[in-house]
Amino acid sequence: MQSEMIRRAKELLADGTVNRVIGWKAGEFDYDITPAVFTCPEQLDEGFLYNDFCQANVSKYLIKESRKEGKILAFLKPCDTYSFNQLIKEHRIWRDNVYVIGVPCDGKVDVDTVKQKGLQGILSMQCDGQTVTAQTLYGEEKFDKADSMSDRCLNCKSKKHVAYDELMGEEGEVLDSHRFDMVEKIEAMSSEERFNFWRGELSRCIRCNACRNVCPACTCEKCVFDNDASGIAQKAAADSFEENMFHIIRAFHVASRCTDCGECSRVCPQNIPLHLLNRKFIKDINEFYGEYQAGEDTTTRPPLQAYTTGDVEPSIVYQKGGNN
Amino acid sequence: MQVTETKEFKPKIVAFCCNWCSYAGADLAGTNRLNYPADVKIIRVPCSCRVNPMFILRAFQRGADGVILCGCHPGDCHYTTGNYFTRRRMALLFSMLDYLGIEKERTRVEWVSAAEGAKFAETMNSFVEAVTKLGENKRLGDLRCKVK
Repeated sequence: MQSEMIRRAKELLADGTVNRVIGWKAGEFDYDITPAVFTCPEQLDEGFLYNDFCQANVSKYLIKESRKEGKILAFLKPCDTYSFNQLIKEHRIWRDNVYVIGVPCDGKVDVDTVKQKGLQGILSMQCDGQTVTAQTLYGEEKFDKADSMSDRCLNCKSKKHVAYDELMGEEGEVLDSHRFDMVEKIEAMSSEERFNFWRGELSRCIRCNACRNVCPACTCEKCVFDNDASGIAQKAAADSFEENMFHIIRAFHVASRCTDCGECSRVCPQNIPLHLLNRKFIKDINEFYGEYQAGEDTTTRPPLQAYTTGDVEPSIVYQKGGNN
Repeated sequence: MQVTETKEFKPKIVAFCCNWCSYAGADLAGTNRLNYPADVKIIRVPCSCRVNPMFILRAFQRGADGVILCGCHPGDCHYTTGNYFTRRRMALLFSMLDYLGIEKERTRVEWVSAAEGAKFAETMNSFVEAVTKLGENKRLGDLRCKVK
Protein backbone atom coordinates (compact mmCIF):
# COMPACT_ATOMS: atom_id res chain seq x y z
CA MET A 1 0.00 0.00 0.00
CA GLN A 2 2.78 2.40 0.92
CA SER A 3 4.60 2.10 -2.42
CA GLU A 4 1.35 2.50 -4.31
CA MET A 5 0.56 5.64 -2.32
CA ILE A 6 3.99 7.11 -3.05
CA ARG A 7 3.61 6.27 -6.77
CA ARG A 8 0.22 7.97 -6.98
CA ALA A 9 1.41 10.97 -4.98
CA LYS A 10 4.35 11.40 -7.35
CA GLU A 11 2.00 11.26 -10.35
CA LEU A 12 -0.23 13.95 -8.89
CA LEU A 13 2.77 16.10 -8.01
CA ALA A 14 4.18 15.67 -11.50
CA ASP A 15 1.00 16.60 -13.39
CA GLY A 16 0.51 19.65 -11.20
CA THR A 17 -2.80 18.61 -9.62
CA VAL A 18 -1.29 19.17 -6.21
CA ASN A 19 1.85 20.87 -4.98
CA ARG A 20 2.31 19.08 -1.70
CA VAL A 21 1.24 15.94 0.13
CA ILE A 22 0.21 15.39 3.70
CA GLY A 23 0.89 11.94 5.10
CA TRP A 24 3.04 10.37 7.76
CA LYS A 25 6.76 10.08 8.44
CA ALA A 26 8.84 8.23 10.96
CA GLY A 27 9.28 9.77 14.38
CA GLU A 28 11.87 9.02 16.97
CA PHE A 29 10.71 5.42 17.44
CA ASP A 30 9.20 2.85 15.11
CA TYR A 31 5.82 3.18 16.72
CA ASP A 32 5.99 6.95 16.96
CA ILE A 33 4.84 8.06 13.53
CA THR A 34 3.95 11.69 12.97
CA PRO A 35 2.02 13.57 10.31
CA ALA A 36 4.19 15.40 7.79
CA VAL A 37 3.94 17.49 4.66
CA PHE A 38 6.02 16.49 1.64
CA THR A 39 6.69 18.88 -1.22
CA CYS A 40 8.79 16.89 -3.71
CA PRO A 41 9.19 13.29 -4.91
CA GLU A 42 12.59 12.97 -3.22
CA GLN A 43 11.06 13.73 0.18
CA LEU A 44 8.37 11.14 -0.46
CA ASP A 45 10.96 8.46 -1.22
CA GLU A 46 12.92 9.41 1.80
CA GLY A 47 10.28 9.79 4.46
CA PHE A 48 6.73 8.82 3.47
CA LEU A 49 5.33 5.97 5.53
CA TYR A 50 2.05 4.16 5.78
CA ASN A 51 1.95 1.17 8.09
CA ASP A 52 0.15 -0.25 11.09
CA PHE A 53 1.41 2.50 13.38
CA CYS A 54 0.00 5.50 11.45
CA GLN A 55 -2.60 6.40 14.03
CA ALA A 56 -2.69 10.16 13.69
CA ASN A 57 -5.72 11.81 12.14
CA VAL A 58 -4.39 14.34 9.62
CA SER A 59 -7.67 16.11 8.87
CA LYS A 60 -7.13 18.90 11.40
CA TYR A 61 -3.90 19.96 9.67
CA LEU A 62 -5.96 20.66 6.55
CA ILE A 63 -7.56 23.70 8.18
CA LYS A 64 -4.29 25.59 7.85
CA GLU A 65 -3.00 23.70 4.83
CA SER A 66 -6.08 24.28 2.70
CA ARG A 67 -5.71 28.03 3.14
CA LYS A 68 -2.28 28.01 1.56
CA GLU A 69 -1.63 28.42 -2.11
CA GLY A 70 -2.19 25.43 -4.35
CA LYS A 71 -3.84 22.14 -3.76
CA ILE A 72 -2.76 19.61 -1.18
CA LEU A 73 -3.04 15.86 -1.46
CA ALA A 74 -4.29 14.25 1.73
CA PHE A 75 -4.34 10.56 2.51
CA LEU A 76 -7.26 9.92 4.81
CA LYS A 77 -8.23 6.79 6.69
CA PRO A 78 -11.96 6.07 7.10
CA CYS A 79 -12.30 7.71 10.51
CA ASP A 80 -10.28 10.72 9.28
CA THR A 81 -12.83 11.29 6.53
CA TYR A 82 -15.57 11.75 9.11
CA SER A 83 -13.57 14.51 10.78
CA PHE A 84 -12.82 15.94 7.35
CA ASN A 85 -16.52 16.09 6.47
CA GLN A 86 -17.39 17.67 9.78
CA LEU A 87 -14.77 20.37 9.23
CA ILE A 88 -16.15 21.07 5.78
CA LYS A 89 -19.61 21.40 7.30
CA GLU A 90 -18.23 24.01 9.68
CA HIS A 91 -16.48 25.82 6.80
CA ARG A 92 -13.09 25.21 8.33
CA ILE A 93 -11.51 23.39 5.42
CA TRP A 94 -11.54 24.79 1.91
CA ARG A 95 -12.61 21.71 0.01
CA ASP A 96 -11.41 23.00 -3.37
CA ASN A 97 -7.85 23.11 -2.12
CA VAL A 98 -7.72 19.50 -1.01
CA TYR A 99 -7.41 16.35 -3.08
CA VAL A 100 -8.42 13.42 -0.92
CA ILE A 101 -7.33 9.86 -1.44
CA GLY A 102 -9.05 7.40 0.84
CA VAL A 103 -6.73 4.72 2.14
CA PRO A 104 -7.93 1.54 3.84
CA CYS A 105 -7.29 0.89 7.50
CA ASP A 106 -7.74 -2.32 9.40
CA GLY A 107 -6.98 -0.92 12.80
CA LYS A 108 -3.74 0.59 14.03
CA VAL A 109 -1.38 -0.72 16.66
CA ASP A 110 -1.43 1.38 19.79
CA VAL A 111 1.86 1.32 21.62
CA ASP A 112 0.31 2.24 24.96
CA THR A 113 -1.90 -0.84 24.79
CA VAL A 114 1.17 -2.95 24.05
CA LYS A 115 3.14 -1.34 26.87
CA GLN A 116 0.35 -2.11 29.29
CA LYS A 117 1.11 -5.78 28.75
CA GLY A 118 4.35 -5.11 30.60
CA LEU A 119 6.63 -4.51 27.66
CA GLN A 120 9.72 -2.55 28.63
CA GLY A 121 12.91 -1.40 27.01
CA ILE A 122 11.51 -1.39 23.48
CA LEU A 123 14.23 -1.12 20.84
CA SER A 124 12.15 -1.60 17.72
CA MET A 125 8.68 -2.67 16.77
CA GLN A 126 7.26 -4.07 13.55
CA CYS A 127 3.85 -5.26 12.46
CA ASP A 128 3.11 -7.50 9.47
CA GLY A 129 -0.63 -7.05 9.62
CA GLN A 130 -1.17 -10.05 11.91
CA THR A 131 1.55 -10.08 14.52
CA VAL A 132 3.35 -7.31 16.31
CA THR A 133 7.00 -8.13 16.88
CA ALA A 134 8.90 -6.08 19.39
CA GLN A 135 12.64 -6.23 20.01
CA THR A 136 13.35 -5.27 23.57
CA LEU A 137 16.36 -5.19 25.83
CA TYR A 138 15.01 -8.41 27.32
CA GLY A 139 14.59 -10.20 24.03
CA GLU A 140 11.96 -10.60 21.34
CA GLU A 141 8.24 -10.46 22.13
CA LYS A 142 5.31 -11.21 19.88
CA PHE A 143 1.71 -10.10 20.18
CA ASP A 144 -1.44 -10.56 18.18
CA LYS A 145 -2.32 -7.35 16.40
CA ALA A 146 -5.92 -7.75 17.57
CA ASP A 147 -4.70 -7.52 21.18
CA SER A 148 -2.52 -4.51 20.47
CA MET A 149 -5.14 -2.03 19.36
CA SER A 150 -6.77 0.70 21.39
CA ASP A 151 -10.47 0.82 22.16
CA ARG A 152 -11.26 3.06 19.19
CA CYS A 153 -9.88 0.54 16.70
CA LEU A 154 -11.23 -2.54 18.46
CA ASN A 155 -14.68 -0.96 18.37
CA CYS A 156 -14.27 0.65 14.96
CA LYS A 157 -17.48 2.39 13.92
CA SER A 158 -16.88 2.40 10.20
CA LYS A 159 -14.49 1.27 7.51
CA LYS A 160 -16.30 3.41 4.98
CA HIS A 161 -14.75 6.54 3.49
CA VAL A 162 -17.39 9.25 3.57
CA ALA A 163 -15.40 11.77 1.55
CA TYR A 164 -12.80 11.22 -1.14
CA ASP A 165 -11.78 12.16 -4.65
CA GLU A 166 -10.16 8.83 -5.26
CA LEU A 167 -10.15 5.59 -3.36
CA MET A 168 -7.39 3.07 -2.89
CA GLY A 169 -8.49 -0.45 -2.10
CA GLU A 170 -12.06 -1.52 -1.57
CA GLU A 171 -14.98 0.55 -0.30
CA GLY A 172 -15.62 -0.41 3.32
CA GLU A 173 -18.82 -0.72 5.30
CA VAL A 174 -20.27 1.03 8.32
CA LEU A 175 -19.76 -1.47 11.11
CA ASP A 176 -21.98 -2.63 13.91
CA SER A 177 -19.63 -1.71 16.70
CA HIS A 178 -19.89 -2.26 20.41
CA ARG A 179 -18.49 1.15 21.16
CA PHE A 180 -21.05 2.03 23.83
CA ASP A 181 -20.47 -1.10 25.92
CA MET A 182 -18.08 0.60 28.31
CA VAL A 183 -20.38 3.62 28.64
CA GLU A 184 -23.23 1.30 29.57
CA LYS A 185 -21.03 -0.44 32.08
CA ILE A 186 -20.27 2.86 33.79
CA GLU A 187 -23.92 3.89 33.70
CA ALA A 188 -24.82 0.73 35.54
CA MET A 189 -22.56 1.61 38.47
CA SER A 190 -23.89 3.41 41.52
CA SER A 191 -23.36 7.13 41.64
CA GLU A 192 -20.61 6.78 44.20
CA GLU A 193 -18.80 4.19 42.10
CA ARG A 194 -19.12 6.40 39.06
CA PHE A 195 -17.77 9.34 40.98
CA ASN A 196 -14.82 7.33 42.24
CA PHE A 197 -14.16 5.88 38.80
CA TRP A 198 -13.97 9.31 37.23
CA ARG A 199 -11.98 10.78 40.10
CA GLY A 200 -9.49 7.99 39.60
CA GLU A 201 -9.23 8.71 35.91
CA LEU A 202 -9.51 12.48 35.80
CA SER A 203 -7.33 13.23 38.80
CA ARG A 204 -4.38 12.02 36.74
CA CYS A 205 -4.91 14.88 34.30
CA ILE A 206 -1.89 17.16 34.07
CA ARG A 207 -3.73 19.79 32.02
CA CYS A 208 -1.34 19.58 29.10
CA ASN A 209 -4.24 20.40 26.76
CA ALA A 210 -3.10 17.78 24.26
CA CYS A 211 -6.67 16.48 23.98
CA ARG A 212 -7.86 19.92 22.98
CA ASN A 213 -5.02 20.56 20.58
CA VAL A 214 -5.37 17.32 18.68
CA CYS A 215 -9.18 17.25 18.50
CA PRO A 216 -10.42 17.86 14.95
CA ALA A 217 -13.64 19.31 16.37
CA CYS A 218 -11.81 21.81 18.63
CA THR A 219 -10.97 24.47 16.11
CA CYS A 220 -11.88 27.76 17.79
CA GLU A 221 -9.28 30.45 17.19
CA LYS A 222 -9.78 31.65 20.72
CA CYS A 223 -10.32 28.97 23.30
CA VAL A 224 -12.07 29.34 26.62
CA PHE A 225 -9.29 27.38 28.31
CA ASP A 226 -6.76 30.07 27.40
CA ASN A 227 -8.69 32.63 29.38
CA ASP A 228 -6.98 33.13 32.74
CA ALA A 229 -10.23 34.20 34.35
CA SER A 230 -12.21 31.16 33.23
CA GLY A 231 -11.74 29.35 36.54
CA ILE A 232 -10.29 26.44 34.62
CA ALA A 233 -7.23 28.20 33.26
CA GLN A 234 -4.14 26.26 32.41
CA LYS A 235 -2.36 25.24 35.52
CA ALA A 236 -1.68 22.24 37.64
CA ALA A 237 -4.92 21.13 39.19
CA ALA A 238 -5.28 22.67 42.61
CA ASP A 239 -8.55 21.09 43.60
CA SER A 240 -10.66 18.11 42.86
CA PHE A 241 -13.30 19.73 40.73
CA GLU A 242 -11.20 21.67 38.30
CA GLU A 243 -10.22 18.68 36.17
CA ASN A 244 -13.78 17.43 36.13
CA MET A 245 -14.95 20.82 34.99
CA PHE A 246 -12.26 21.03 32.32
CA HIS A 247 -13.23 17.66 30.91
CA ILE A 248 -16.97 18.25 31.02
CA ILE A 249 -16.51 21.53 29.18
CA ARG A 250 -14.09 20.06 26.68
CA ALA A 251 -16.48 17.23 25.88
CA PHE A 252 -19.49 19.54 25.86
CA HIS A 253 -17.88 21.92 23.38
CA VAL A 254 -17.54 19.13 20.86
CA ALA A 255 -20.81 17.38 21.73
CA SER A 256 -22.84 16.61 18.61
CA ARG A 257 -19.84 17.53 16.44
CA CYS A 258 -17.51 14.85 17.76
CA THR A 259 -17.07 12.09 15.18
CA ASP A 260 -15.66 9.71 17.79
CA CYS A 261 -12.24 9.44 16.14
CA GLY A 262 -10.64 8.77 19.51
CA GLU A 263 -7.63 11.07 19.07
CA CYS A 264 -8.14 12.58 22.54
CA SER A 265 -7.53 9.26 24.26
CA ARG A 266 -4.62 8.44 21.98
CA VAL A 267 -2.64 11.58 22.74
CA CYS A 268 -3.38 11.65 26.47
CA PRO A 269 -0.01 11.20 28.18
CA GLN A 270 -1.83 9.93 31.26
CA ASN A 271 -3.96 7.43 29.33
CA ILE A 272 -7.26 8.85 30.53
CA PRO A 273 -10.13 7.28 28.54
CA LEU A 274 -11.45 10.63 27.36
CA HIS A 275 -13.41 9.08 24.50
CA LEU A 276 -15.79 7.66 27.11
CA LEU A 277 -17.00 11.21 27.83
CA ASN A 278 -17.53 11.93 24.15
CA ARG A 279 -19.27 8.62 23.64
CA LYS A 280 -21.64 9.35 26.50
CA PHE A 281 -22.77 12.48 24.66
CA ILE A 282 -23.08 10.57 21.39
CA LYS A 283 -25.08 7.83 23.09
CA ASP A 284 -27.41 10.35 24.73
CA ILE A 285 -27.91 12.22 21.48
CA ASN A 286 -28.75 8.97 19.71
CA GLU A 287 -31.27 8.10 22.40
CA PHE A 288 -32.87 11.51 22.84
CA TYR A 289 -32.80 13.00 19.35
CA GLY A 290 -32.39 10.04 17.04
CA GLU A 291 -29.34 8.37 15.56
CA TYR A 292 -26.76 10.87 14.46
CA GLN A 293 -23.23 10.36 13.25
CA ALA A 294 -21.24 13.56 12.99
CA GLY A 295 -19.30 13.87 9.77
CA GLU A 296 -21.41 11.38 7.87
CA ASP A 297 -22.40 14.13 5.45
CA THR A 298 -21.73 17.82 5.01
CA THR A 299 -25.27 19.19 5.21
CA THR A 300 -27.28 18.09 8.26
CA ARG A 301 -27.27 20.29 11.34
CA PRO A 302 -25.64 18.91 14.46
CA PRO A 303 -28.30 18.07 17.08
CA LEU A 304 -27.16 20.78 19.49
CA GLN A 305 -27.61 23.41 16.81
CA ALA A 306 -31.12 22.26 16.03
CA TYR A 307 -34.32 21.48 17.89
CA THR A 308 -37.78 20.10 17.49
CA THR A 309 -40.82 21.31 19.40
CA GLY A 310 -41.38 17.82 20.81
CA ASP A 311 -37.94 17.24 22.35
CA VAL A 312 -37.57 15.37 25.61
CA GLU A 313 -37.45 17.47 28.75
CA PRO A 314 -34.20 17.60 30.75
CA SER A 315 -36.09 15.80 33.51
CA ILE A 316 -35.59 12.65 31.43
CA VAL A 317 -32.34 12.36 33.35
CA TYR A 318 -34.30 11.61 36.53
CA GLN A 319 -35.84 8.58 34.89
CA LYS A 320 -33.04 7.45 32.61
CA GLY A 321 -30.07 8.47 34.68
CA GLY A 322 -28.00 6.02 36.67
CA ASN A 323 -28.64 4.81 40.20
CA ASN A 324 -27.84 6.97 43.13
CA MET B 1 -25.75 39.78 71.55
CA GLN B 2 -25.37 36.07 71.27
CA VAL B 3 -25.58 34.22 68.03
CA THR B 4 -26.86 30.73 68.41
CA GLU B 5 -25.41 28.41 65.84
CA THR B 6 -27.88 26.01 64.37
CA LYS B 7 -26.70 22.64 63.13
CA GLU B 8 -29.44 22.50 60.59
CA PHE B 9 -28.18 22.27 57.02
CA LYS B 10 -29.16 25.14 54.76
CA PRO B 11 -28.46 24.47 51.12
CA LYS B 12 -27.11 27.13 48.80
CA ILE B 13 -29.23 27.20 45.69
CA VAL B 14 -28.52 29.21 42.56
CA ALA B 15 -31.50 29.87 40.31
CA PHE B 16 -30.97 31.18 36.81
CA CYS B 17 -34.18 32.92 35.76
CA CYS B 18 -34.99 34.27 32.35
CA ASN B 19 -35.82 37.94 32.30
CA TRP B 20 -39.13 37.63 30.47
CA CYS B 21 -40.91 34.80 32.23
CA SER B 22 -39.39 33.26 35.32
CA TYR B 23 -37.92 36.44 36.76
CA ALA B 24 -41.31 38.07 36.42
CA GLY B 25 -42.80 34.91 37.92
CA ALA B 26 -40.52 35.32 40.92
CA ASP B 27 -41.68 38.91 41.16
CA LEU B 28 -45.28 37.80 41.15
CA ALA B 29 -44.54 35.25 43.87
CA GLY B 30 -43.15 38.17 45.87
CA THR B 31 -46.07 40.51 45.33
CA ASN B 32 -48.46 37.68 46.16
CA ARG B 33 -46.59 37.17 49.45
CA LEU B 34 -45.88 33.56 48.67
CA ASN B 35 -43.15 31.92 50.68
CA TYR B 36 -40.11 30.25 49.30
CA PRO B 37 -36.78 29.65 51.05
CA ALA B 38 -34.29 32.47 51.23
CA ASP B 39 -31.57 29.98 50.29
CA VAL B 40 -32.48 30.49 46.66
CA LYS B 41 -30.25 33.09 45.04
CA ILE B 42 -31.69 34.32 41.79
CA ILE B 43 -29.50 35.36 38.88
CA ARG B 44 -31.32 37.11 36.09
CA VAL B 45 -30.37 36.16 32.53
CA PRO B 46 -31.79 37.58 29.30
CA CYS B 47 -32.91 34.13 28.17
CA SER B 48 -32.51 30.64 29.61
CA CYS B 49 -30.44 29.99 26.49
CA ARG B 50 -27.87 32.47 27.78
CA VAL B 51 -26.87 29.97 30.43
CA ASN B 52 -23.66 28.43 29.31
CA PRO B 53 -23.00 24.97 30.83
CA MET B 54 -19.96 26.59 32.41
CA PHE B 55 -22.21 28.88 34.49
CA ILE B 56 -23.78 25.88 36.11
CA LEU B 57 -20.47 24.15 36.72
CA ARG B 58 -18.96 27.34 38.07
CA ALA B 59 -21.85 27.75 40.50
CA PHE B 60 -21.15 24.26 41.78
CA GLN B 61 -17.44 24.95 41.91
CA ARG B 62 -18.01 27.99 44.07
CA GLY B 63 -20.06 26.08 46.57
CA ALA B 64 -23.65 25.83 45.35
CA ASP B 65 -25.49 22.74 46.51
CA GLY B 66 -28.06 22.87 43.76
CA VAL B 67 -28.61 24.76 40.53
CA ILE B 68 -32.00 25.32 38.97
CA LEU B 69 -32.64 26.89 35.61
CA CYS B 70 -36.00 28.53 34.91
CA GLY B 71 -37.21 29.76 31.54
CA CYS B 72 -40.31 30.44 29.52
CA HIS B 73 -42.42 27.47 28.53
CA PRO B 74 -41.22 25.90 25.28
CA GLY B 75 -42.91 27.80 22.49
CA ASP B 76 -43.24 30.98 24.54
CA CYS B 77 -39.65 32.18 24.36
CA HIS B 78 -39.30 35.93 24.01
CA TYR B 79 -36.65 35.25 21.38
CA THR B 80 -38.83 32.59 19.73
CA THR B 81 -36.49 29.60 19.94
CA GLY B 82 -34.02 30.17 22.78
CA ASN B 83 -35.44 27.72 25.26
CA TYR B 84 -35.61 24.91 22.71
CA PHE B 85 -31.84 25.01 22.61
CA THR B 86 -31.66 25.23 26.39
CA ARG B 87 -33.75 22.11 26.60
CA ARG B 88 -31.37 20.06 24.46
CA ARG B 89 -28.25 21.42 26.10
CA MET B 90 -29.38 20.87 29.64
CA ALA B 91 -30.67 17.36 28.98
CA LEU B 92 -27.18 16.45 27.79
CA LEU B 93 -25.32 18.37 30.49
CA PHE B 94 -27.37 16.91 33.33
CA SER B 95 -27.00 13.46 31.91
CA MET B 96 -23.24 13.99 31.80
CA LEU B 97 -23.13 15.21 35.40
CA ASP B 98 -25.05 12.11 36.39
CA TYR B 99 -22.55 10.00 34.43
CA LEU B 100 -19.70 11.56 36.39
CA GLY B 101 -21.37 10.54 39.62
CA ILE B 102 -22.92 13.83 40.66
CA GLU B 103 -26.41 13.39 42.10
CA LYS B 104 -28.95 14.17 39.40
CA GLU B 105 -31.33 15.78 41.89
CA ARG B 106 -28.95 18.71 42.30
CA THR B 107 -29.80 20.05 38.87
CA ARG B 108 -33.19 20.91 37.49
CA VAL B 109 -34.88 22.78 34.66
CA GLU B 110 -38.38 24.20 35.14
CA TRP B 111 -40.53 26.23 32.81
CA VAL B 112 -42.21 29.05 34.73
CA SER B 113 -44.21 31.75 33.01
CA ALA B 114 -44.67 35.33 34.21
CA ALA B 115 -48.17 34.45 35.41
CA GLU B 116 -47.08 31.47 37.48
CA GLY B 117 -45.98 33.03 40.75
CA ALA B 118 -47.47 30.13 42.66
CA LYS B 119 -45.64 27.60 40.51
CA PHE B 120 -42.39 29.48 41.07
CA ALA B 121 -42.74 29.31 44.86
CA GLU B 122 -43.81 25.69 44.70
CA THR B 123 -40.90 24.74 42.45
CA MET B 124 -38.38 26.43 44.69
CA ASN B 125 -39.85 24.82 47.79
CA SER B 126 -39.69 21.35 46.32
CA PHE B 127 -36.21 21.89 44.89
CA VAL B 128 -34.81 23.18 48.17
CA GLU B 129 -36.40 20.24 49.94
CA ALA B 130 -34.85 17.77 47.49
CA VAL B 131 -31.40 19.32 47.83
CA THR B 132 -31.67 19.52 51.62
CA LYS B 133 -32.37 15.81 51.64
CA LEU B 134 -29.19 15.18 49.62
CA GLY B 135 -27.15 17.28 52.01
CA GLU B 136 -24.02 19.20 51.35
CA ASN B 137 -22.49 19.09 47.93
CA LYS B 138 -19.24 17.32 48.68
CA ARG B 139 -18.44 15.97 45.27
CA LEU B 140 -18.39 19.16 43.30
CA GLY B 141 -17.23 22.01 45.45
CA ASP B 142 -13.95 23.71 45.02
CA LEU B 143 -12.09 22.98 48.22
CA ARG B 144 -10.48 26.39 48.24
CA CYS B 145 -13.82 28.16 48.30
CA LYS B 146 -15.23 26.35 51.29
CA VAL B 147 -15.76 28.76 54.16
CA LYS B 148 -14.79 27.06 57.37
